[in-house]
Amino acid sequence: MTSNPTSTRLTLPGYRRDHEDADPPLDSPEYRSTRLRAPKRPLILLPHLLTEVTGPLLGHERVGPTDHDLTRQHEGEPQGQRIIVHGRVLDGDGRPVPETLIEIWQANAGGRYRHANDNWPCPLDPNFTGVGRTMTDNDGRYEFVTIKPGAYPWKNHDNAWRPAHIHFSLFGRAFTQRLVTQMYFPDDPLFFQDPVLNSIPDPNARRRLISRFDHSRTRPEWALAFQFDIVLRGQLPTPVEEDHDDE
Amino acid sequence: MSELLAPTPSQTAGPFLHIGLLWDDGPDVVPEGTPGAIILTGRVFDGAGQPLADGLVETWQADPNGRFAHPDDPRGATDPPVPGFRGFGRCATDAEGRYTIRTVKPGPLPAPDGRTEAPHVNVSVFARGLLARVVTRLYFPDEGEANAADPVLTSIDDPAVRRTLIAGAEQGGYRFDIYLQGEKETAFFRV
Repeated sequence: MTSNPTSTRLTLPGYRRDHEDADPPLDSPEYRSTRLRAPKRPLILLPHLLTEVTGPLLGHERVGPTDHDLTRQHEGEPQGQRIIVHGRVLDGDGRPVPETLIEIWQANAGGRYRHANDNWPCPLDPNFTGVGRTMTDNDGRYEFVTIKPGAYPWKNHDNAWRPAHIHFSLFGRAFTQRLVTQMYFPDDPLFFQDPVLNSIPDPNARRRLISRFDHSRTRPEWALAFQFDIVLRGQLPTPVEEDHDDE
Repeated sequence: MSELLAPTPSQTAGPFLHIGLLWDDGPDVVPEGTPGAIILTGRVFDGAGQPLADGLVETWQADPNGRFAHPDDPRGATDPPVPGFRGFGRCATDAEGRYTIRTVKPGPLPAPDGRTEAPHVNVSVFARGLLARVVTRLYFPDEGEANAADPVLTSIDDPAVRRTLIAGAEQGGYRFDIYLQGEKETAFFRV
């Protein structure tokens, strides 16, 4: 390596912080588990330096041939309503985010996760693991085939039920763009009492987590379809030059 | 310039994140047997002092030369000097709240204002009860001079808060405990 870190001139992309208008506050006491876990001190502003504007570019080696089709990972097919979940991953400037890893996990049709700590008395499905992975294509598009997850009860408050949801994890192209979220289904009657979705103060931001029924992508006599587009943070229009003394 | 799109909000990874996010080689930022490998380990605690037994810790860092194999490193992407170096690690916390990552120590990094960032590792924690990840930075205890000039560390006025970001030296690596709340609350960042 020939570069001397102190003599290299750098111009780095900066990322907008408008996600702060959308994200739920960490301190959201209606969601009981936040009470002992959400940090209490104000967060410290982290400038976007090299570690923040880069990120892991994980590739196809992380994705197996049936990872995008959760209905074909076992001998038989899982119970439940077969669905296609598709969409695009874009950045806040409307540019597609290509070749980025998406990981999903979800409960089975009865609302039970294949997880040692899930003891909700609903049977596991021997033909459903509930885990998927895929890479976006060059246009940022992705598609999963799965079954619609069930709602399930939890102990957050009296008679609490989580609306049906699929967990999504995305890397984007930079540390700043890392996102873990949940996709919901349209018109779920359980939304009103869910402190996780409702921890997002802005109703428009909440709506961005609700997928759209997409009749055009249903497969006749096979599967329903839902569209879920995901927007990762966009870049600031002009990279900041803080030091011009050698120009 | 196209129309700005509003970002998709974050939601908690929940208590069952393990089925979706764990990889067999997740904790291996470098492969087993890498010369000069170090272990970064620590425990994560909640506000009652209880270990966080169902969380996930992720790390992201430069290679030992302070470079990233990434197109937005304006010095140009380079192949890492350590074979198999991934820069990225992830490890679930166990019943004791402990995570363990095998890596190599990152190098110092140039900053756009001409200053130099001390060697550091960005650390994210995901868990039930965290509606978005929390982000902190691990700095090294044997980099006193570099730490004293680091633009992020020096932006923190309170030395007690600054100290929460300095790992402890241990046999074979470093220990970095994370306190989500309480007297010892770790410094967390707005990214």
